[in-house]
Amino acid sequence: MNLALKLARREMRSGLGGFRLFIACLALGVGAIAAILSFSRAVEEGLHADAREIMGGDVAVSLLYREASPEQVAFLRTQGQLVRWIDSRAMARPIKTDGHAALIQLKAVEPGYPLYGSIELRGGGSLADALAKRDGLWGAVVEEAALRRMNIALGDRVKVGEATVEVRAVIAREPDRGLNAFASLGPRLMMPFAALVESGLVQPGSLLTWEYRLLLPPGTSDVAAIDAIKSHYPDAGWRMRGLADAGGGLRFWLDRLTQFMGLIGLASLLVGGVGVGNAISSFLTTRLRTIATLKCLGAPERLVFTTYFLQLAALSLLGVALGVAVGSALPFLAQFLIADLLPVRARVALYAQPLATAAAFGLLVSLLFALLPLIRARGVSAATLMRGAVVSENRLGWRDALLIGSAAVLLAGFTVITADGRRVAAYFVLGAVGAFIAFPLLARGLMLVAARVGKPKLASLRLALANLHRPGAPTPIVMLSLGLGLTVLVATALIEGNLREQITRRIPKDAPAFFFIDIQSTQMPDFEKAIASVPGAGALDKVPSLRGRIVRIGGKPVAEVKIPPEARWAVDGDRGVTYSATPPEGSRIVAGEWWTSDYRGPQLISFDAELARAFGIGLGDTLTVNVLGRDIEAKIASLRRIEWTTLSINFVFVFSPGTLDRAPHTFLATVKATPAAEDAIFNTITDRFPNVTVVRIRDAIETAADVLGNIGLATRVIGLLSILAGVLVLAGVMLATQRRRVHEAVVMKVLGATRARIAGIFAWEFAALGLATAIAALGVGTLGAWLVVRRLMGLDWTFLPMVAVAVAAGAMALTLAFGLAGTLAALRQRPLALLRNE
Amino acid sequence: MTAPPTSLSPTNLSPIVRFNDVHLDMASDAGTVNILRGITLDIAAGEIAAVVGPSGAGKSSLMMVAGGLERATSGRVEVAGHDLGPLDDDARARLRRDGIGIVFQGFHLLPTMTALENVALPLEFAGRSNAFETAQAALERVGLGHRLGHYPAQLSGGEQQRVAVARAFVGRPRLLLADEPTGNLDGATGKQVMNLLFELARADGATLILITHDMALAGRCDRILRIADGLVVGDQRTPVALAAQ
Repeated sequence: MNLALKLARREMRSGLGGFRLFIACLALGVGAIAAILSFSRAVEEGLHADAREIMGGDVAVSLLYREASPEQVAFLRTQGQLVRWIDSRAMARPIKTDGHAALIQLKAVEPGYPLYGSIELRGGGSLADALAKRDGLWGAVVEEAALRRMNIALGDRVKVGEATVEVRAVIAREPDRGLNAFASLGPRLMMPFAALVESGLVQPGSLLTWEYRLLLPPGTSDVAAIDAIKSHYPDAGWRMRGLADAGGGLRFWLDRLTQFMGLIGLASLLVGGVGVGNAISSFLTTRLRTIATLKCLGAPERLVFTTYFLQLAALSLLGVALGVAVGSALPFLAQFLIADLLPVRARVALYAQPLATAAAFGLLVSLLFALLPLIRARGVSAATLMRGAVVSENRLGWRDALLIGSAAVLLAGFTVITADGRRVAAYFVLGAVGAFIAFPLLARGLMLVAARVGKPKLASLRLALANLHRPGAPTPIVMLSLGLGLTVLVATALIEGNLREQITRRIPKDAPAFFFIDIQSTQMPDFEKAIASVPGAGALDKVPSLRGRIVRIGGKPVAEVKIPPEARWAVDGDRGVTYSATPPEGSRIVAGEWWTSDYRGPQLISFDAELARAFGIGLGDTLTVNVLGRDIEAKIASLRRIEWTTLSINFVFVFSPGTLDRAPHTFLATVKATPAAEDAIFNTITDRFPNVTVVRIRDAIETAADVLGNIGLATRVIGLLSILAGVLVLAGVMLATQRRRVHEAVVMKVLGATRARIAGIFAWEFAALGLATAIAALGVGTLGAWLVVRRLMGLDWTFLPMVAVAVAAGAMALTLAFGLAGTLAALRQRPLALLRNE
Repeated sequence: MTAPPTSLSPTNLSPIVRFNDVHLDMASDAGTVNILRGITLDIAAGEIAAVVGPSGAGKSSLMMVAGGLERATSGRVEVAGHDLGPLDDDARARLRRDGIGIVFQGFHLLPTMTALENVALPLEFAGRSNAFETAQAALERVGLGHRLGHYPAQLSGGEQQRVAVARAFVGRPRLLLADEPTGNLDGATGKQVMNLLFELARADGATLILITHDMALAGRCDRILRIADGLVVGDQRTPVALAAQ
């Protein structure tokens, strides 16, 4: 070992000139992973540190569509200081004539709000002051977007339901806004709880979320408080969260985004690994004579292996250290750039664990890709080396194959173990293995085709095709390095594109223009007349709406039924319930039969087929739903597959008529309309029915598309890293083959080829290589994206031809640019130095 | 700039190479190096001339200038009546393609092409439809008809140089430049290659300019030009030439 160390040190005195790309490849991948993991950790730390602020209390209790009973509230008050608010979508209508009614995200808060932290208002001032009643008028604070949408200024008055409030300040920061900051349909309007009560919007069955927060006495654990509440009200149907769940949906998204982006970062590192392998091969080729000399002088194979392994280990450490340094610095930059966009204050700092994980990935990738060239260099005989032959590609012995396999398994295992979603990580590993097998095979295929395609008449094309399949041709390595990067880009672009398609293009052209929420039964006749009075408005599709909570499944209490996580939402609090004599539009009966339109027998129910499968129940089984405090047991008469993308009103539960129609309920409605009629409908309804919430479908779709667009942008940026890694590797390949290309160009010049001819030959070669790589990457990337979209997400698949065109053009442009840059350099070479006698 | 020549026409073959006060300077880290310092010489069509001299005298540079691979710093270089001075790189390339064959000590075969493809290459550049048939004939002429599909790495040094000779001759050039073609070969193989070169040159009536350190080999030529320090310091007819006269 000492001798190997000495030899390695002597060898390294010649500098690192040939290893810049090696180091860059490692640093890029490690840097990306370190940055992603570190920033995610910073957000996680922010969630943890600000958990009370983010959640608004020590314990959160949420009730969908109904208020906690006075007894329940009284009990909650025994646990600590209680504050409540209502969260809901609502319409706000400016009093002034040139104002515009707008959908807002309403939050009506009690005076004690917030229990932790504070609502920051632009220009200072306290929330309590801003909301206080002055001259008989309640105050309100809004997000800036609300001012723009309603065309109002501070001091203007708006009506929410029947209540009038004065807008007094702009919200600068709302600590417990959570994911709503990204995904809500309207800007925030905050007003006093008492004002909302006056508004008339609080009606039985209204789509309001009732939020309760507890500030516990010092020394009381949130978990203990939750246990106490649960044991006292086991069937309250509320959702409770402690500090560990403060992030809620945010944490869910953070985990998934981190994993997705982290895996793309790892893909970049794997692409860079190809560059590492190439650089090592090139380096060892230049050291053949040294190795041969060492062997002739009696150096055993182990010494040769160790000597070069130590050098590469030192270089890997350098590359990894550089990557870790960059990766730990980037979150500070990100914090500076996007802090305002985040719903949580990220605690950016140097975190050891994410940096160590990134470093470990770098070292494992480096090890995996270094082993093969090291083993090959070690195994070549001194005599062969002395003849200056290239490192032969003899078959690996089983021990060496086992060594490389172990490194691969170690990397795969580490990838899966460090991932939050192990299943997704395992799929990624399989995909990566598949890509590393597929690309060399596809390259062999291309070489076979190039060899058998015949001899085109165009000499340049013939020579270019021949260059693709000759021994030593860079075809396999270019296809692998650029192809892997392109595959990642294709897959991410197609996955993101398909998600966007689900939201935008798949929405039918005759989808409704508006959703109307919370139409009271007594308003319905007038409401229908109002819609009918607007030219261009289509038929109103109205559905009775009640709230209900599943209490028994197949006769067993919900708590005793094992329900998979993806179906928990259906039993977690209240859901929408309706009744109908006919099957709802936009759903298909897949089992059983719909009741006759005049059916009045025992209560029947039509249920969502997927949920039924998740609950383990079927036709003939019973479901008991608590509606307005009364348990209604119904037998499942049919199962439906619901096509949510039709945007028709649909419910998981549809009861047969006869019971629910006698209970107090509101209506949901949709209406189709010509684009010209949309504004008239909006104005008519918001003017005449202040309690009805109007959701413009196009706005909702745009909001969803925007959210997806932001996520897509982030993933595309990371995806581009894999292309950057591919470009680095490509540059390395081109550099490694530049000597050959210069020699070829000079010899062709000697033999009478003009510069245009030589450039033409190389251009054909690189264009063909780029196109073949693009086609291969499209194939592999599309397969990967299809598996994710269809199998992992269970969504419909659409192939997006623009992605294909962009990838093909990009790949050809890249290979041509690099190839021709090298060719031009080759053409500039003076032949004398190269051709003179050695 | 003159129109690029497309061939070395028989009308302008005497003399085929003419240097008139040719200088070649090259930049180096130590400053400008004067490699050729005023070479003046004529080589007649069909002549076989040896260029001898110590290492660094400028022999290879003289050959590069004659082959249009280096541009003289000053002076006039004519090959087959064409002044190389005004010709651009591509015109010179066409001149080589159609009338000059070059053999190097280091063979300079393209390692990724078979023997047949290497030999066919200049014909392909010339757009000859029978490039491969002609190349095969050329390889058979140098005794390598059985090695057509072999790559350079699969051939011995002597075989590689024979492929290079076949490639140089395949276009029936009027001027053949050979820069120490036996330098990398053992004595017996070198002799075989030289016999082949002389035989082909004489058979085709080509002019051969042979750069060599081997005086015995130079003695087999018609004329010996001595170069030292970038100048022609001797020019003599050999007994072979005198005997022929």
